[in-house]
Amino acid sequence: MTKSNFSRRGVLKTGAIASAGLALPTYLRADGHSGFTNAPGDSQVILGFNVPQTGPYADEGADELRAYELAVEHLNGGGDGGMLGTFSSKVLDGTGILGREVKYVTGDTQTKSDAARASARSMIEKDGAIMITGGSSSGVAVAVQALCQEAGIIFMAGLTHSNDTTGKDKRANGFRHFFNSYMSGAALAPVLAANYGTDRKAYHLTADYNWGYTTEEAVKSSTEALGWETVNAVKTPLTQTDFSSYIAPVLNSGADVLVLNHYGGNMVNSLTNAVQFGLREAQANGQNFEIVVPLYSRLMAKGAGANVKGIFGSTNWHWSLQDEGSKAFVRSFGTKYGFPPSQAAHTTYVQTLLYADAVTRANSFNPCAVAEALEDFEFDGLGNGKTLYRGDDHQCFKDVLVVKGKENPENEFDLLEIVEVTPVDQVTYAPDHPQFAGGDLGTCNPGA
Amino acid sequence: MLGLEKKDFRLLLIVVALTMLAPFILNPFPEGSDMAQFNAGYPDLMQRFVIFGILAIGFNILFGLTGYLSFGHAAFLGVGSYAAVWMFKLLSMNVVPAILLSVIIAGVFALIIGYVSLRRSGIYFSILTLAFAQMSYALAYSVLTPLTGGETGLQPKPGDPRILDGALAPGETATPGFFGLFDMRDSLELSVGGWVFTFNVGYYFAAVIMIIAFYISIRIFRSPFGMMLRAIKSNQTRMSYTGLNARPYTLAAFVISGMYAGLAGGLLVSMDPQAGAERMFWTASGEIVLMTILGGAGTLIGPVLGAGFIKYFENIVSKINKTTLEGWFYWMPDGIEDVVITIIYPFVGKGWHLTLGLLFMLVVIFLPGGLVEGGQRIAAALKRKKPDDAKSSATEPAE
Repeated sequence: MTKSNFSRRGVLKTGAIASAGLALPTYLRADGHSGFTNAPGDSQVILGFNVPQTGPYADEGADELRAYELAVEHLNGGGDGGMLGTFSSKVLDGTGILGREVKYVTGDTQTKSDAARASARSMIEKDGAIMITGGSSSGVAVAVQALCQEAGIIFMAGLTHSNDTTGKDKRANGFRHFFNSYMSGAALAPVLAANYGTDRKAYHLTADYNWGYTTEEAVKSSTEALGWETVNAVKTPLTQTDFSSYIAPVLNSGADVLVLNHYGGNMVNSLTNAVQFGLREAQANGQNFEIVVPLYSRLMAKGAGANVKGIFGSTNWHWSLQDEGSKAFVRSFGTKYGFPPSQAAHTTYVQTLLYADAVTRANSFNPCAVAEALEDFEFDGLGNGKTLYRGDDHQCFKDVLVVKGKENPENEFDLLEIVEVTPVDQVTYAPDHPQFAGGDLGTCNPGA
Repeated sequence: MLGLEKKDFRLLLIVVALTMLAPFILNPFPEGSDMAQFNAGYPDLMQRFVIFGILAIGFNILFGLTGYLSFGHAAFLGVGSYAAVWMFKLLSMNVVPAILLSVIIAGVFALIIGYVSLRRSGIYFSILTLAFAQMSYALAYSVLTPLTGGETGLQPKPGDPRILDGALAPGETATPGFFGLFDMRDSLELSVGGWVFTFNVGYYFAAVIMIIAFYISIRIFRSPFGMMLRAIKSNQTRMSYTGLNARPYTLAAFVISGMYAGLAGGLLVSMDPQAGAERMFWTASGEIVLMTILGGAGTLIGPVLGAGFIKYFENIVSKINKTTLEGWFYWMPDGIEDVVITIIYPFVGKGWHLTLGLLFMLVVIFLPGGLVEGGQRIAAALKRKKPDDAKSSATEPAE
């Protein structure tokens, strides 16, 4: 046993400390005092930017983060205001959101759903973030979107292209500005038919995960509707770096078009392999052999170098667009960072502005009020022309760009040229389209 | 007490005290201060501390006692997670059946993998377990997509059957709970002055389970069975010459440790109902090995400390960005501030791997017995003993 001696001095000291402790304002409370999770104070509001800083999509993540910082600067009245000036809704005036200064916290998703959710939860539980945005893969987007739904936080998706994000995994608290696989297919097919004819046999190489599946399905059904035939569709592991064994059988398969449903490093490697195998010069069925990449990004085009020349694909946005919104954004991004923004940067910048605008119009940070303000909201001036945030599935509907690798790039950023701007009507689908079936939006959850 | 020696009982008491008071211990800095960035006392991270603690305790029963280095332990974590989410989807959002099933499934899975892998020892055993884990990962990521959700992962949805639970009210989301009494996400917040302490139901649930798991691990360490496992580690050949068959013992240890991992997997999805395939990736298995070695393989408390250490870096250091740094060093003169930030920046934020790697190297080089050895050295220094005495009581590193 320990001996304890109570001295007069000791007792007095302990008593003094204890009473000082009790004198501190102490209160105990359960969550749920303010009507919704993480209601911000009067002076500042915290946004959570959850992007991949390590892992395969770290480049996209870094560009997203730059765009977020730019958006926060513009919302707080710094810089040249960027797209605030061209945005059709004029309620944002550079005084933060509802008069509160915008602060932000960042986290690393590592492109893993587990890590992304851990990082998002720490933003919600520790930092008091009122909105989470970011991510550059659909797996992460779906995981974080579900988390935000449970926690009662608005999720503004970053770069996520799979149909599932606003299809079978849609959530009432989640919103996506980026386009999706279906739109890529619908926009690409007519251009492909016009350039390569309707009598074509396609061979698909598909990354073996959800995004690959939805993209393959979208491109397949859109091209088959125009008379193409699908010879074969082969799944390739995501971790594959050498695709020669997958490319070799293509030439003898009777196909005359190769569709690479690959993204990021996968696409860079498979395209390089395909070009090395001489597919671009090859003839099949009496026609020139062609290669198609459904989802393009500038960062990918950069990785694949000269191999992208003349290859068709689709993209959400490109910095060479000449509308006022795009020009304003490219100008302020370029001034701050010295190079033009990628499509990932564009979509995340726009999402941040759209959120801030919705809060201002709703005059509340309550997720349900914000969701209501975003649903069926029509806007313009953010780089994609007239856009609708459809209330049925929280997907943005806007024009889709069909691009092609530029033959004679003038500089290292000038890699893609816009072939056609597919009008929004052509890529719109019914909310219950079979490729998006099985989901349930549910109702918005304000948390707490 | 409780069938433990005095020393072990004291260790158990320390663990109980640490886990129960964690909301205070992990939140030493007042809210809103510059140092609040380092607070770890929020539910998600506290839950991760104890859950990965359980995982490391289980791994230590295999690696610390028998010396068999399994490089595929994350597979059991993943299998447990998927089992628990399926329980949520089909049966009920109650965590108890989910966790029970995850332990059982992980145990069966470990039995199969262990039966095959334990035919070899040393590096061959490690490679076999690694191969099995990567196989499970690949299956979960693509081939078994209908069962595992593939890349997007598996999560409970409003439309799931959940035959034991009543239908959800419109707009309600299904969240894991304990017999409808508690929701795992419920928290109570205590504000004292500038400090805010969060007491989370899920955390305390996981903490109690960790204490039980820790207790069982102490009993295994001190039992004749544990002695047999240690004998396998020190000289398996000699053991078989004396007529003892080591296989049943190693298999039992492997299954027990697999069940611990399954338990951790079940708890992980109970706190955050989402299971993804990355949980089974080989880097996740490697992380478990790191946790154990960093904390001190073969010691009781070491793996728990190692797990906490790694999770702390992953979640706290990775969130420090340039703006945060500027906030800390704003008082410095401009030029010096920039220099200091430029030096520190590569080590925080996305550089957290680098920091962790450096610390891991330092620990392995200077404290081969892990953090536990560090603690023992400090204790010895405080007692003003000669370093020689400290050495004799120090933990031997596991080979």
